Amino acid sequence: MRREFKLPDVGEGLTEAEIVRWHVKPGDDVKVNQIIVEIETAKAVVELPCPFDGVVTDLLAQEGQTVDVGVAIIAVDDGADGPAGPAAAPGRAAEDLVPSPPAEGAVEPGVHGSPAPKEERQPVLVGYGVKTGATKRRPRKQPAAEPAAPAVSETPVAAAPRQAPERVTETPARPPVPSLSPQRAAVLAKPPVRKLAKDLGIDLAALTGTGPHGTITREDVRAAATAPAEVPTGVTAGVTAGGPREERIPIKGVRRATAQAMVASAFTAPHVTEFLQLDVTETVDAVRRLRELPDFAGVKVSPLLLVAKALLVAARRHPMINSSWDDHAQEIVVKHYVNLGIAAATPRGLVVPNVKDAHALSLPGLAAALGELTETARAGRTQPADMAGGTITITNVGVFGVDTGTPILNPGEAAILAVGQIRDLPWVVDGQVVPRKVCTLALSFDHRIVDGELGSRVLRAVGDMLEDPLRMLVWS
Amino acid sequence: MTIDASRGPQAAPPELVQLLTPEGERVEHPDYPLELTQDEVRGLYRDLTLVRRFDLEAVALQRQGELGIWASLLGQEAAQIGSGRALTDTDMAFPTYREHGVAWCRGVDPVKLLGLFRGVNHGGWDPAEHNFHLYTIVIGSQTLHAVGYAMGVQRDDAEAATIVYFGDGATSQGDVNEAFIWASVFNAPVVFFCQNNQWAISEPLEKQTRIPLYRRASGFGFPGVRVDGNDVLACLAVTRQALANARDGQGPTLIEAYTYRMGAHTTTDDPTRYRVASELEAWKLKDPIERLKAYMFKNRLADQEFFDAIDSEADTLARDMRKRCLEMPDPDPMAIFDHVYRDRHLLLEEERDQFAAYLSTFEGEGR
Repeated sequence: MRREFKLPDVGEGLTEAEIVRWHVKPGDDVKVNQIIVEIETAKAVVELPCPFDGVVTDLLAQEGQTVDVGVAIIAVDDGADGPAGPAAAPGRAAEDLVPSPPAEGAVEPGVHGSPAPKEERQPVLVGYGVKTGATKRRPRKQPAAEPAAPAVSETPVAAAPRQAPERVTETPARPPVPSLSPQRAAVLAKPPVRKLAKDLGIDLAALTGTGPHGTITREDVRAAATAPAEVPTGVTAGVTAGGPREERIPIKGVRRATAQAMVASAFTAPHVTEFLQLDVTETVDAVRRLRELPDFAGVKVSPLLLVAKALLVAARRHPMINSSWDDHAQEIVVKHYVNLGIAAATPRGLVVPNVKDAHALSLPGLAAALGELTETARAGRTQPADMAGGTITITNVGVFGVDTGTPILNPGEAAILAVGQIRDLPWVVDGQVVPRKVCTLALSFDHRIVDGELGSRVLRAVGDMLEDPLRMLVWS
Repeated sequence: MTIDASRGPQAAPPELVQLLTPEGERVEHPDYPLELTQDEVRGLYRDLTLVRRFDLEAVALQRQGELGIWASLLGQEAAQIGSGRALTDTDMAFPTYREHGVAWCRGVDPVKLLGLFRGVNHGGWDPAEHNFHLYTIVIGSQTLHAVGYAMGVQRDDAEAATIVYFGDGATSQGDVNEAFIWASVFNAPVVFFCQNNQWAISEPLEKQTRIPLYRRASGFGFPGVRVDGNDVLACLAVTRQALANARDGQGPTLIEAYTYRMGAHTTTDDPTRYRVASELEAWKLKDPIERLKAYMFKNRLADQEFFDAIDSEADTLARDMRKRCLEMPDPDPMAIFDHVYRDRHLLLEEERDQFAAYLSTFEGEGR
């Protein structure tokens, strides 16, 4: 007999899981509790043991597929003859090992009045949620005749005190019958949403709710408030050219974190940005020579390495640039170590991992650390700990082919250095115009801590070292 | 930065009572002599093995959607069996939600432990019948229940001790500290049995304490002892003595069973997110069952036939338990009204009738 194993909720209230890896294939013999599949939920990667003995007939979900809890993922032939076979578990239907979602009787009575079908699962505290769309509601008895009250008050309430019947009629024993009347029921919206609508002058009755049970949400109200009253005809056609005129992307994950960090930084630390254009021909040359040294075999050597080194040296000479403003304690915290942040564009968005104790690394060590950090970031594997505790940051906007920018401080840091692209430009050397490798640096700093003088000195020092890398030896 | 919990103000290294080394060598301890017959040792081995197998089956049932959640005891079998077998019939035990091994020692049918986690009852056994209280989900509150119970025993002049189980995380709860104070001041016949499994969900021990937990007892004015929680013999000997002291009117004892939670906190947890694998590997070498098995082999207390028979019995137990778990009936929806008040209660009766009337509006079976 064919038996199906439905994806259980292995956590509390999880609604779906991704199939990571199958350990069995059709035709394999399986035993009870044999591990058959690895799944990944929002909480953990979990191995699932098989609940049956038998032979695998079908894998009903692919690796990489995300499956809703309660959907069959594997079919096993248990060798029994049929539903009446000896293997059928008594008590429950044999294949129904995952309990059905609670029937209506188990649901909070208050929701009965608004049974608008929903597509999504309704999260519950424990269990795998109630998929309303797929759930059959227990059919109600039709009211025998007209009014509901008789049906209920005839129910034996003998044990109850005298006043019971009146109360009984108020119970949800006969909930409002939905959808019979075309007239719209009372608008469903929470008080804060009603307030918002009132403030914005929106008529709730004119809106269609997108929340649970057709509830009007805050977003519905906002959308109504921002929607143009009437789109003038004729404008639409020309612009859209086939696609939608606007696209709405949910703000979440790295984008949300980035936005919060940027806003927090821009509105707490007064930023000043200074620029310096310089001739980095010597640096480019030094990079080329470093690459040939056996010490740098296998690690990436780029101008960024020397920029990083120059900034580390500058931070050592001017410690205040590597500090932070502790508003709470009313203190400036000067760091005698450098956790060097590198802003990296990743598939998930901007992340700023940092090289811990970069000041203590040798040049090959720094090169290796930078390489590992960017590789990890690009692979999307940067851990929160890698991003915490930075003290100063470099953002290499040059890789995008631009000359410079006005970077915003990584929150809690006093300075950030933007490195622009290196390109051949006419440059005056000893009264002669010659082509040189030219780059623009921009240094933003927290003006609460860093005065223009110090900022200028730091930027100049970095520039001097990149114009003549030998200075790094002298100053470090 | 991590804090070495052993580096408290009193710098003396923590003492650990051990009667069986991880390699299965029997060692003597001057304060805890223990003589066991061959059958008693075999009995302990059987307990440990069956309880571990039962626990594994419960984890599997959860992974198959049959239990809502399960708290595995993997790694803590010796602490539970050793202390559980130290109890006499008249002693009373107050568990957390993980004391499946103690329940086993108290004669609770393992299947009855599953009802709560399957959502078909609120605890499936009669505490008075087994002298084993219902599982307590709230962290640490059972310590106060136990002290109250012990004080009652004391006032009855009865010859019985009370034992209460809790974890390392619970020691940070106010309830536990209050219980310590009450027990100490009233000299209550209670044994506080703390299974220090090193992790309170994802919180490591060094976030709970700066001194070894057993030393806390001295601040409250009663003795504390740390025992190797993976050594079933030491857990048995130490608990026996603490219980005897309680029955003799010598008051409470704190036992810290130093052990390790080999699995997740519950099936809802993923310990790989906060523990390093090397820690787990180190504790695997201290496995409570393997060391007892090694001891029995070396001293010819059992042969392979015995071990095979126990394994086979364990599989039978697991199969039977799986079958009976799946057969557990869903509760009658009206049953929620049954055990709320001992006596008749008018408001409850009214609510019950309303609920019955509500259910009767549905088609189909009854109610």
